[in-house]
Amino acid sequence: MSVDSDIVGAVHAKVRHDSARGHVTGEARYIDDMPMLPGTLEVVLVTSPHPHAGIVSIDVSAARSADGVRAVMSADDIPGVNDVGPVFEDEPVLAAGFVDYVGAPVVAIAADSYDQARNAAALVTVEYDVRPAVLEIEQALEQELYTYPPQFMTIGEPEAAIAKASHRIDGEVRCGGQDHFYLEGHIAMAIPHDNGDLDVYSSTQHPSEVQHGVAHVLGVPTNAVTVEVRRMGGAFGGKESQATIFAAIAAVLADRCGQPVKIRLRRDDDMIMTGKRHDFLFRYDVGFDDDGRIEGVDILMAMRSGNVADLSPGVLARALCHADNCYYLPNARLRGYPCKTNTVSNTAFRGFGGPQGMLVIETVIEHIARTLGRSVDEVRAVNYYGAEDRNVTPYQQRVKDNIIVALVDRLRSEIDFDGMLQAVDSFNASHETLKKGIAMMPVKFGVSFNTPKLNQAGALVHVYTDGSVHLNHGGTEMGQGLFTKVAQVVASVFEIDLDNIKISSTRTDKVPNTSATAASSGSDLNGMAAFNATNTIKARMAEVAASHFETSVDAIEFRQNRVYAGNESLSFADLAQLTWDERVSLSATGYYSTPGLHWDAKSLIGNPFYYFAYGAAVSQVVIDTLTGESRVLRTDILQDCGNSLNPAIDLGQIEGAFIQGQGWLTSEELVWDESGRLLTHGPSTYKIPGSRDVPREFNVHILEDAPNREPTIFRSKAVGEPPLMLALSVWLAIRDAVSRVVDHRHMPHLDAPATPEAILMAVDDIRRRDSQTTTAAKV
Amino acid sequence: MSNISFQLTVNGVAREVLVEPRKLLSDVLREDLRLTGTHVGCEHGVCGACTVQVDGRPMRSCLLFAVQMQGNQITTIEAVMKNGEYSPMQQALHDEHGLQCGFCTPGIVMTFEAYLKENPDPTDEEIAEALSGNLCRCTGYQNIIKAVRMAAAKMNSPKNQEVEP
Repeated sequence: MSVDSDIVGAVHAKVRHDSARGHVTGEARYIDDMPMLPGTLEVVLVTSPHPHAGIVSIDVSAARSADGVRAVMSADDIPGVNDVGPVFEDEPVLAAGFVDYVGAPVVAIAADSYDQARNAAALVTVEYDVRPAVLEIEQALEQELYTYPPQFMTIGEPEAAIAKASHRIDGEVRCGGQDHFYLEGHIAMAIPHDNGDLDVYSSTQHPSEVQHGVAHVLGVPTNAVTVEVRRMGGAFGGKESQATIFAAIAAVLADRCGQPVKIRLRRDDDMIMTGKRHDFLFRYDVGFDDDGRIEGVDILMAMRSGNVADLSPGVLARALCHADNCYYLPNARLRGYPCKTNTVSNTAFRGFGGPQGMLVIETVIEHIARTLGRSVDEVRAVNYYGAEDRNVTPYQQRVKDNIIVALVDRLRSEIDFDGMLQAVDSFNASHETLKKGIAMMPVKFGVSFNTPKLNQAGALVHVYTDGSVHLNHGGTEMGQGLFTKVAQVVASVFEIDLDNIKISSTRTDKVPNTSATAASSGSDLNGMAAFNATNTIKARMAEVAASHFETSVDAIEFRQNRVYAGNESLSFADLAQLTWDERVSLSATGYYSTPGLHWDAKSLIGNPFYYFAYGAAVSQVVIDTLTGESRVLRTDILQDCGNSLNPAIDLGQIEGAFIQGQGWLTSEELVWDESGRLLTHGPSTYKIPGSRDVPREFNVHILEDAPNREPTIFRSKAVGEPPLMLALSVWLAIRDAVSRVVDHRHMPHLDAPATPEAILMAVDDIRRRDSQTTTAAKV
Repeated sequence: MSNISFQLTVNGVAREVLVEPRKLLSDVLREDLRLTGTHVGCEHGVCGACTVQVDGRPMRSCLLFAVQMQGNQITTIEAVMKNGEYSPMQQALHDEHGLQCGFCTPGIVMTFEAYLKENPDPTDEEIAEALSGNLCRCTGYQNIIKAVRMAAAKMNSPKNQEVEP
């Protein structure tokens, strides 16, 4: 794989996003911007007001005869199977017999206009038989209510190791969920054709799953449904499985009415009706030696799965697989409980359990440090995975590419971490009300879907006779720049300028049976599939060129938009024409599957990750101990991207992921009332980071000269999710600031998100505990 | 409710519309005038994606009734390019990677097209303040702030002032 290139837009170049022009001019079309065909109907859903209730009766007669109404549908009207569960068959499109969360769709109404559909929705009467609801993780845990059986991971002899250790502590911590708050909410548009065929435009990260779901719900073969998505206005995991239900509703109504149907969720409905990041309750019991080295650990990880499993099995597996973060846990029992609650089913969100798993082990490390009176980083240092030994994870994969120690050392020396610590000390010595905190966060994130079968991708490349190229692959564009990166790959292989490559919508009829664009693996998988397709065509073209120049294929070189045989050359376009003239195909598919993966989902043992992406961040914060307010003063990041395919795009991913993670850990708080209703269903009550919430000073660097040791596409590494977890540095720094109020004598009791209220309470709490122990010591 | 007919001046052109009096400006722009560059993100005036200019001032079109806008000059993202050329703000967002999914971008352009006219030389702090009414879930704002700085610098350069009448 040669990477030295003089073409415009080769791999490793800082190429702009392919839709940059469309975005700054407003010309880039999202689904809601597409011109609607005449007769397009719009949909409003009647949803459950109760967290748990039987459905006694549904009366839609008045709605049916309301103005403009074309169809009213409940569960009984679904022609195929009333299920869109991505893993288990447990997720109805429309509630059948009972509802199990507030916001569950019960009736769908299609009318000539949105307002008419909404008016009709108000005329639907549903009689409920309200049942007791389980709204909290603890309730479900006590009653052993799970959406699927708990998952346990064990290595060594944790109980004996904890009991034998010189020190033993236990604790509890929790983290909140997170709404995706993609700026473009869920939307789908279905257009019926003859023979029962349907085209579906869906804002989805997973067109194949939408295709399968729609076909399943309609009771038609998969080949009757074509799904297309050109771009999403953000997704972050929220459109991995959640899009299917809305596409299915639009499809069934379109099929029934013989008219196009569009469904677009309004913001409040989107936040109420769709899943979020899983909130977790953690309990830990850990044994360690005098240096803080972990000898045995037992961690309970209870997640709010919600009403159904959805993607919880994958999220929980990843949480378990990241409860080690960068640390060797020789004896560990990690117990995962997918708690079934009467709240909307939680789902994929950037990091997919990884952030939650890391949050608990970082809390454990901090607790060890406070117990021994050492610094957190000293405790980390004795626990980092080794290079040659101490390198087996709790799921028994050997960590072969560990660079965390060198990466952390480099970041620390570049920013003079020790100097920063001293500055924080001296600030705090002279300030009573304001307290600064500082923390480092190392990250090791496993790249690949935990389920090996998902690690495959396809691409379709055409070269036209004028030398222009059409590129299609199974990955979707949600703003992350995947389309740009994959086009750079094709440009580099053909050695032609990037503007010769036409990037096209993801369509299930071009590349079939794809995986979700998720798990940070979009460019790893689709980049490699496109690489393979392009090389197939290139080899054929090289043969034609060799015959034309009467030389061997080995002598043919593609370079700077031309094809050379010694001193003779043809333009790429002329060779394309010549290839066609010679009746040789200029179209090819490409396929890729990640090598070496295996995973036993029962024992949670295997080799689920192709490689690890590493990174580290240091954040400094200041808290106001009288108000609980916090501010991030400075963050420094060093992130491993392998040989970055596009450093500009990767920097954007790092910054964006970090701020999104910071939001999860500080300002984004989901609040439900005692009736199971979400109270924070819009940006006026749910606070995602704004421009003034970002670190005052934000220095982000990509680790240089760090090619992936695995042969990934041009030795790059995935970047979508790993940097999100660097934001734990902010949460840890806030905890550090709280702990510094009492000179680190106690462990703060501060969960995530660390909102001002939570910080204020943690400060009061740690002062109270400190005064109690001080008083006790005097007695 | 019955429709009423009235005139709106959008991007310098008088347009006749026939809509319900309670129809929002954002919906009239998108649905009746097919100016879909104005995006609707939250529908209650917080995210800023639907920002347009009314008489040169940035306003949230999801909080305005179209019928209120008779006699006002409405400018949308579609009118920012002049003669096929980017404005300095558009150019800077494009060049500085100040966008990812792009859904919030038109609103940000409209905010700063107006802001930079009144504040030609803002500090980063002032830019962040001015940007606080536009939510972006993708970028972490760094490159947007950088882009505004670049756009301001370009607009202030003597060369550019010669070109601008």
